[in-house]
Amino acid sequence: MEYKGVMVFAEQEESVIHPVTFELLGKGRELADRLGVELTSVLLGDGVGDKATILIHHGADKVYLFEDQSLKEFDPLRYKENIVPLLRDVKPEAFLIGATRVGRTLAPRIAAALRTGLTADCTDLDLDEEGNLIQIRPAFSGNIMARIRTRTRPQIATVRYKVMKPAEPNPERRGEVIKRDVKVIEDSGLRILKKEPGKGVDLTEAEVIVSCGRGVKSREDLVIFKELAALLGGVFGSSRPLVDCGWVEREHQVGFSGNIVKPKVYIACGISGSPQHLFGMRDSDIIIAINKDPSAPIFSVADYGFVGDIYEIVPILIKKIKEQRRTAKNLKFLQHGT
Amino acid sequence: MVKQVPDIERVRFDVETGRLDRSSAEGITNPFDLNALEVGVQIKERLGGRITAISMGPPKAESTLRDCLARGADRAVLLTDRRFAGADTLATSYTLACAIQELGDFDLVICGEKTLDGDTAQVGPEVAEFLGIPHVAYVEEVRAFDRERIIVGSDVGRFHYVYELRYPCLITVTKDVNVPRLPTLRDKIRARRAQIEVWDAERLSDVAELNRFGLKGSPTTVVKVFTPISSRRRGVILEGDAGEIADRLFDILKEVGALRIEGE
Ligand SMILES: Cc1cc2nc3c(=O)[nH]c(=O)nc-3n(C[C@H](O)[C@H](O)[C@H](O)COP(=O)(O)OP(=O)(O)OC[C@H]3O[C@@H](n4cnc5c(N)ncnc54)[C@H](O)[C@@H]3O)c2cc1C
Ligand SMILES: Cc1cc2nc3c(=O)[nH]c(=O)nc-3n(C[C@H](O)[C@H](O)[C@H](O)COP(=O)(O)OP(=O)(O)OC[C@H]3O[C@@H](n4cnc5c(N)ncnc54)[C@H](O)[C@@H]3O)c2cc1C
Repeated sequence: MEYKGVMVFAEQEESVIHPVTFELLGKGRELADRLGVELTSVLLGDGVGDKATILIHHGADKVYLFEDQSLKEFDPLRYKENIVPLLRDVKPEAFLIGATRVGRTLAPRIAAALRTGLTADCTDLDLDEEGNLIQIRPAFSGNIMARIRTRTRPQIATVRYKVMKPAEPNPERRGEVIKRDVKVIEDSGLRILKKEPGKGVDLTEAEVIVSCGRGVKSREDLVIFKELAALLGGVFGSSRPLVDCGWVEREHQVGFSGNIVKPKVYIACGISGSPQHLFGMRDSDIIIAINKDPSAPIFSVADYGFVGDIYEIVPILIKKIKEQRRTAKNLKFLQHGT
Repeated sequence: MVKQVPDIERVRFDVETGRLDRSSAEGITNPFDLNALEVGVQIKERLGGRITAISMGPPKAESTLRDCLARGADRAVLLTDRRFAGADTLATSYTLACAIQELGDFDLVICGEKTLDGDTAQVGPEVAEFLGIPHVAYVEEVRAFDRERIIVGSDVGRFHYVYELRYPCLITVTKDVNVPRLPTLRDKIRARRAQIEVWDAERLSDVAELNRFGLKGSPTTVVKVFTPISSRRRGVILEGDAGEIADRLFDILKEVGALRIEGE
């Protein structure tokens, strides 16, 4: 049998489908339509069956469902032991996995087991004339982009979160849910002892981000920018050097080795705009940059660039916001009072 | 497992072709691999045992292995052969897994999270698969270990998971796991004289299929490289005194909906 069709790995944690899955389904649908083949998806977990229809609404023609207690938590070995036989059976030409930590932990095991090629962390996928997958990915820490082809099947790729458009759900869409027998592994050598809450800040969901870079001279000064972020109902972000020197927690880092963010408004204060930083924020809707060096590369991606000193501009701005709010409040009070 | 990589901070890229000028930077040890070695050294300090550093690469990768010997490795193996060249992650992992098998019994394989050049983060988990052992990637902390198991922490998804892994197993570590120690001058001198074992493809012929090495064993090809084009923007550049700029910024923030004055 020939390899045919596109399959998407549906990532879930505690029965919540990771949003990268909908992005993969969007891209997968497009590729499958261009190739004239089916789009399928594979979902593993315990008590996640009702999520299969969501995948269908987002474009899957078929969902292969593995449900068992042993699959409740993600375990790369247990997942692999079930997905590999499925891939051998169904033989999709392409298998797409989110480039999340789960995806990047799992995908290499599957690729090695099938002795097939795996492209890491793709930011775009296309097809050549013969219908081979063209996989585009950053390398050398974001300094270059590479175009990669795979000669074996299935062609497997992990795909970066937040770079592709999610599929629009259509509740009318119908598809097939196929239950598969689960290969249960009693002991995989790996045991979860504890599950602690994550660190909590989620830059990737923020609408407004106020970010600082090395333009900030001391740790104490960070409060100025955190205050601006709070006044704008946004989240505080940072370039990597501030994280490396321990001033800022890693969860706040924007860039190639931090978070890829796409807020409505991104404000870069004292950030030069290295390729690695731009990598993480250049798709923001509106980019505002304040930097005292008019030749800073950040200005090349900014919608509004302000040449000036963050220590002068930002405090004045904060003061003005507070004043105006106070005035507005007083005004409101007066109006209600009369 | 350690890899020599070009020094990204110093390396020059040809903006037109996206090609990297390898002569512009000397090789350094992949920084995450130093964290990996440090995990090994800390375990050895408490429980004893032996650390073997293993690297696949050109003959000059020897300097990386000397660095490892200076930092606490007991033995160093360099896999170097023209037949290993041009390997993608599948062939690289296969070769490394064969070499590990050839070395004999082991408890723990420690890798970096990823490299600065290829940057795929795939080699560790692929080696684990070839060896048929469990693994945890992106380890941020080593909580405990004894002679049977290691307990590690890693952020995955929305939670921080604490895992117990039974030997033999593999972990890949992030920069957060520890601060690698610096070698002393004495260690450096000792390492300069130490022996590095050099293995070629034949050396693995008992455990390996030779056609799975290098270019031949690599299903992926880099067809082209190019520099990322940054999205061009409107690029209104405004200069002026701080007060004027702050006023302008205030208006823009209101205009784009990031700033609300009423209703607070
Ligand atoms: C493998 C790798 C991964 C990386 N990943 C990331 C990443 O994820 N995120 C990231 O950000 N970086 C990353 N980097 C680092 C990156 O290369 C840059 O070093 C970093 O982004 C620079 O940070 P910066 O802009 O804050 O500092 P600098 O480049 O030092 O810029 C500081 C800027 O502040 C301006 N400035 C100074 N004082 C003032 C003032 N008073 N008012 C206004 N402007 C002022 C200066 O003109 C300058 O432009 C990575 C590097 C490597 C090698
Ligand atoms: C621009 C570019 C893009 C590429 N894209 C892909 C791709 O998408 N898919 C693919 O399969 N290959 C790809 N490659 C090839 C890949 O870089 C090589 O296979 C490389 O030998 C290993 O991959 P890595 O550097 O990504 O290692 P990673 O998987 O990032 O390394 C993780 C860890 O594995 C260990 N390790 C890795 N390599 C060695 C080694 N040689 N010796 C000892 N330990 C090692 C280290 O502990 C390291 O920290 C690409 C190469 C380039 C230049």
